[in-house]
Amino acid sequence: MNNLIKKTLLVLAFSASAILPQWANANEGAHLDKAPVDASNHESLQRGARTFVNNCLNCHSANYMRYNRLLDIGLTEKQIKDNLMFAGEKIGDPMKVAINKVDAKKWFGVAPPDLSVEVRARGADWVYSYMRGFYRDETSATGWGNCVFDPVSCKVSMPHVLYELQGEQAINHETHELTLAKPGKLSAAEYDTLVGDLTNFLAYMAEPAKQQRNHMGWFVLLFLGVLLVLTYKLKKAYWKDIH
Amino acid sequence: MTNQTEVKQNKSVVANAFNNGLNWVDERFPLTSNIKAHLTEYYAPKNFNFWYYFGSLSLLVLVLQILTGIFLTMHYKPDAELAFGSVEYIMRDVPWGWLIRYMHSTGASMFFVVVYLHMFRGIIYGSYRNPRELIWLFGVGIFLCLMGEAFFGYLLPWGQMSYWGAQVIVNLFSAIPFVGPDVSEWLRGDYLVSDATLNRFFAFHVIALPFVLVGLVAAHIIALHEVGSNNPDGVEIKKLKDKVTGIPLDGIPFHPYYTVKDIVGTVVFLIVFSTIIFFAPEMGGYFLEANNFVPANPLVTPAHIAPVWYFTPYYSILRAVPPFPGVSLLSIPPSLFPGVAAMGLSVMVFALLPWLDKSPVKSIRYRGTLYKKWLAAFVVSFIVLGYLGTEPANVWGQFGAWLGNADRATVVARAFTIIYFAFFILMPWYTKKDKTLPVPERVTG
Repeated sequence: MNNLIKKTLLVLAFSASAILPQWANANEGAHLDKAPVDASNHESLQRGARTFVNNCLNCHSANYMRYNRLLDIGLTEKQIKDNLMFAGEKIGDPMKVAINKVDAKKWFGVAPPDLSVEVRARGADWVYSYMRGFYRDETSATGWGNCVFDPVSCKVSMPHVLYELQGEQAINHETHELTLAKPGKLSAAEYDTLVGDLTNFLAYMAEPAKQQRNHMGWFVLLFLGVLLVLTYKLKKAYWKDIH
Repeated sequence: MTNQTEVKQNKSVVANAFNNGLNWVDERFPLTSNIKAHLTEYYAPKNFNFWYYFGSLSLLVLVLQILTGIFLTMHYKPDAELAFGSVEYIMRDVPWGWLIRYMHSTGASMFFVVVYLHMFRGIIYGSYRNPRELIWLFGVGIFLCLMGEAFFGYLLPWGQMSYWGAQVIVNLFSAIPFVGPDVSEWLRGDYLVSDATLNRFFAFHVIALPFVLVGLVAAHIIALHEVGSNNPDGVEIKKLKDKVTGIPLDGIPFHPYYTVKDIVGTVVFLIVFSTIIFFAPEMGGYFLEANNFVPANPLVTPAHIAPVWYFTPYYSILRAVPPFPGVSLLSIPPSLFPGVAAMGLSVMVFALLPWLDKSPVKSIRYRGTLYKKWLAAFVVSFIVLGYLGTEPANVWGQFGAWLGNADRATVVARAFTIIYFAFFILMPWYTKKDKTLPVPERVTG
């Protein structure tokens, strides 16, 4: 048994050593802040859903996310219909947008990407930092810059949609440090919470089954742990006359 | 008392019915004789160790891949417009779809983990040596099929890495002299990776290669059961048999001994497998790359295209070998063919092992230090090349002007590519020269 455990650990350590370097430098480029992601916090997810539907879902679709999936995060069908659906969709419809891709490309230079799995492509920390990284840049077409989006040029196609809430930040061009030049409706802490909730929702939306997956994992491992003991004893019983 | 006799009688009625049924089948199909030949009277050496779990585990993963693959096929759409969305549909709307998809994506990587360990077992204990050369060759065929499966399957989610990985690999074929460009166009079915490519890769992935794969696995096992299993001592257990029964003295029936043992291995494997599926299905970007959650876009080339980890040692070799510069006087154009050829050889060379190894012993237990040093150098090369293949060539910066500002990682990859091939090319020499230990008559437990 000891031997078996040792060897299993060895294999695990071996696979870990192959993976750790990747995790260590996964977020190269701009410095990213840790996003407060917690899929079990339904209130945060619900606030994030509201922010998403009110502010993002005009240009960005979430084509793989159905409205009635929001039942998962503690909303009722009536709440979803009354507060989050505005265009006469059905509850089972996905979160589509009416914006025309060709128009969007003309206006922004690039069509706004679908956000269903954005957190899986970019990471929650990236989204959290990005949404807090806009600053006033009079030289750019939209009037906004963002060094999280492009650490080299600090150019970004998306305007700062939440600027009324956050206010306007200014950048120190040498250190890339941001300071609040003109305060918005929310305090800095309130804005961070708002973006944190939004990120939490986007992370949930990127993989709605994640919580169920993690939860189930423990039961599967518990079952396999018991099975391991039983099968090991079975093996011992059969092998006692060998050697 | 009467109750007990009744039970006994009932039992014998059931047993008789069963035996009659079995006889009926056996008269028409070799059922009992096959069960005996492959399980209950297949005598395997009693000294199998840790390394011997990976054969049965490979079979387990094959079955898992086929089963989960069937269910994925029911919901997946091999269409450039629909493929990416249909995968998300599986992840969200198909009941248990996420589990089946993660089992399949994790299974792909775990297939290579167990097969690499299985191959390493064959190498350290000389399982490819006479009389098991054909088992090894079938195995190399399985390995090639598996690489094909992984490559074709990786296009199907139709993400950025799917698309550009396929683009890069198919383009490699155009480096083959004369026929190259036609071959890659024929593979793609178009001038660039497109809907036509997705359709044919789907066909290769779900029917053509699985067919060949299962056939080769059957041949692999039939050949194994014909000559018998090797073992960590590399001694032939069939040389010493019981004079009365004719059973090898060091052999035990595969069933029940190794079936119950392999079940323990299976459970340990499932614990590792489930831990990944339920808690880290992306495996930090190694099993599912972040960029593959961006739908394929032929107009946007990702900054860094890397194959999945199991291909990276060969990909490193491809990048390490310098291109042929061309001869302008004879109007021979420059060519990437040397790198492509080296990559192909780095995989195919495994097939030559049975004839390269000239050692009088099979197992590493009785080999000398010379062989062990070469093997260690090979393992280190494989791992370093594998790591470098996941990174861009400038990951370690550049050397100074004294080395022409060459990328450090490229120079290191070149050195390890040489060691990788030297392990095979010099094998006849160092295995002959190596000072071996005497091999015992019987297995040592």
